[in-house]
Amino acid sequence: MLMVGVGGQGVILASDGMGEIGMNNGYDVKKSDTLGMAQRGGSVVSHIRWGRQVFSPMIKKGNVDFLIGFEQLESARWAPYLKSGGVAIVADVTVVPVSVVGSTMSYPSWEEIEGILSQHTHQTYLIPASRIATQAGNPRALNMVMLGSLSVFLELETEAWTETMRRRLPPKFVESSIEAFMRGADEVKAVIQAKEIKK
Amino acid sequence: MKKLLSGNEAIALGAYHAGVVVATAYPGTPSTEILENIARMDGVYAEWSTNEKVALEVGMGASYGGVRALVSMKHVGLNVAADPFFAVSTTGVVGGLVIVSCDDPGEHSSQGEQDNRHFARIAKVPMLEPTDSQEAYELMDWAFSISEEFDTPVLLRSTTRISHCKTVVDVTKERKADLRQPGFIRSPEKYVMVPSNARVRRHAMEERIKKLQAYVEDFPLNQMLLADRRLGVISDGVAYQYAREVFSDASHLKLTTIYPIPANLIRRFAREVERVVVVEELDPYLEDEVRRLGIAVTGKEFIPIIGELNPEIVEDGAIQAGLLSASPKPPPKSRRPAPQLPPRPPLLCAGCPHIATEFALRRLGFYNPNPNEELSLKRKIPAQLKKGGLIATSDIGCYTLGVYAPLFALDTCACMGASIGQALGLEKAGVPNKIVAVIGDSTFMHSGITGLIDVVYNEGSTTVIILDNETTAMTGHQGHPGTGISAKGTKAGMVKLEALARGIGVNDVNVVDAFDLALIESTLSRCIENDEPSVIIARGPCPLRVKSSGKPFKVDSEKCNSCYACLRIGCPAISVSGDKAWIDAGLCVGSGCGICAQVCPEEAISESKE
Repeated sequence: MLMVGVGGQGVILASDGMGEIGMNNGYDVKKSDTLGMAQRGGSVVSHIRWGRQVFSPMIKKGNVDFLIGFEQLESARWAPYLKSGGVAIVADVTVVPVSVVGSTMSYPSWEEIEGILSQHTHQTYLIPASRIATQAGNPRALNMVMLGSLSVFLELETEAWTETMRRRLPPKFVESSIEAFMRGADEVKAVIQAKEIKK
Repeated sequence: MKKLLSGNEAIALGAYHAGVVVATAYPGTPSTEILENIARMDGVYAEWSTNEKVALEVGMGASYGGVRALVSMKHVGLNVAADPFFAVSTTGVVGGLVIVSCDDPGEHSSQGEQDNRHFARIAKVPMLEPTDSQEAYELMDWAFSISEEFDTPVLLRSTTRISHCKTVVDVTKERKADLRQPGFIRSPEKYVMVPSNARVRRHAMEERIKKLQAYVEDFPLNQMLLADRRLGVISDGVAYQYAREVFSDASHLKLTTIYPIPANLIRRFAREVERVVVVEELDPYLEDEVRRLGIAVTGKEFIPIIGELNPEIVEDGAIQAGLLSASPKPPPKSRRPAPQLPPRPPLLCAGCPHIATEFALRRLGFYNPNPNEELSLKRKIPAQLKKGGLIATSDIGCYTLGVYAPLFALDTCACMGASIGQALGLEKAGVPNKIVAVIGDSTFMHSGITGLIDVVYNEGSTTVIILDNETTAMTGHQGHPGTGISAKGTKAGMVKLEALARGIGVNDVNVVDAFDLALIESTLSRCIENDEPSVIIARGPCPLRVKSSGKPFKVDSEKCNSCYACLRIGCPAISVSGDKAWIDAGLCVGSGCGICAQVCPEEAISESKE
């Protein structure tokens, strides 16, 4: 899976967690982060691979099962990594880069971003992640909402996730983080259910 | 116990378990986390050294003193440390001495790309290279043993992907209980490299390499894997992982002893397979070594010599070379070129203390790449030069980002400390412009001091701006001699920049508030007109280290006339909403900064009340 976002959004913490959860559940794991030179505000991408035996820490284009976008523009940027029919889970967060200020380029609309993603998959979920995190009592727990949304697609017990969260997070954030995680999962489940009813 | 560790964490833990007693480093991506991790371990003396040369000299002394020492640095750090590196190769060691060089293929965060495997050969120092964190952990123990057994420093080479990737490590050991005891045994023929002694040691070096050539033949972490004999792939480092993935059916030879190479093992492998190829990042180092053995081999014909590899690049090269057949399926839709999306260029942070100084340089007469753009000003600049009248030589650090839009404030960036010598050279060449050298506090300590001494001695008139954010910011806030904070986070000795500059003999030393644009401009205007050397220390803390921030600034949209002067400072907190300037209150650091308010000609920006 590929986790993408902007420096300061908690992408690395979330991908570290994904790596550990994979290892604790018996997988070989490799994880590779790429951060720009800037301390804040640059593109961040984290490759995470679970498997029986993993060689390359980098995923080839067109081979990503799950694209977890913490920011809309970054989700579009990394869309070509998705395998055909992979799952894209995108937070409805926008962080406007300075390159659009006074330039001919503009920040793409969600329709445009969805269009880019739809070249690779029709399984795209737009998650109101900031709102969910705030409702859970911790506006900074965006990453936990995203992990919760992802958890719906992976066959792991809830305990596998919460155990790692309890161990890794400062105690005062544990409860709100678990709450954010659960609400993220509920959001995706509700969307899936709604889709099925439509069918 | 299984742990998910980055290569750097594994190197630190491996060294710790191998009984390292002294660890030194100068921060540099991608090597920094090695010392950061070791500094947290009990029973190890860890220091941020002033630069890599000093780091290695401290490591050398510790080794002479009988204990195990680890010295870590980025690839270009070994250039700085090259002198002691060659010297300690000549003297040899007592306690194991391991030098870790972390190369940065693809220049993620470096001024250049270089393949430090060559360093091993020219310095005649054995080199090991891991292919993942597990090997990084295990190789540390081997490295220290080899160092002591063969009386040699050992180079361990990592790369960005090895250092920063996390892979599963089976942690099998604990810290050695029987550490070597410190003590110095006088031995001038080993430690005093006057020519008569050095000539003797020179022979010892060659004998050592011969013994090592035999030793590496059976090294257990080199691995031959025979499968489909039609293709045999030799690889090292992270390239091995890509090779295993791309050539999944082929035979493989994984090398972890890079200098010297296991010649007989390679010959044996070559006999087992029909065709030999090498997959390696950067230079054809292994390929040349294999060819020297008289083996027909290819590699760089289809694997790029420039930049970082990944499985895609290796696969594309293999298809091109006819080693793999192109996928019979039509290329997936996902291979279509990505649409034009706005990039996210690196920027200085909101509240960065470098912004005002770099903006002042631009206003004072810097070349303006966009002639249509007028910098709106609310004050007259004290003594503005003709546009293009100022040259700003620069150095390595966050402030180098000021070369990008919208600051466009810098003319050079080469290597640590170069800005000052470059400025003097431009002056002595007779270039008529005013010349300013821009350097950070940590970089000045690292290697700017000798440049400034040169300016004083040779009677230059350079103005040196030391951007003092009181930390080594770009690599993640490490201490340096000017901070008074040690690698372990405790109080340490402190070298004051202003006292140092005066001590060197600079009479015109100024300390200014890095957020006071008017003061920076007036001081700079005066100093560049001065015929003697001058130093301006622009002091202000890195905003990422300041815990409490004041009330954010806001734009009064009634007063804003959309001149966008505030956008010219390149603060990421400022953008446009509608057609008015807008400040993101979540990013703005507030009271401590306020540079935007200082540049607004309409006085439309002020601190918010709540």
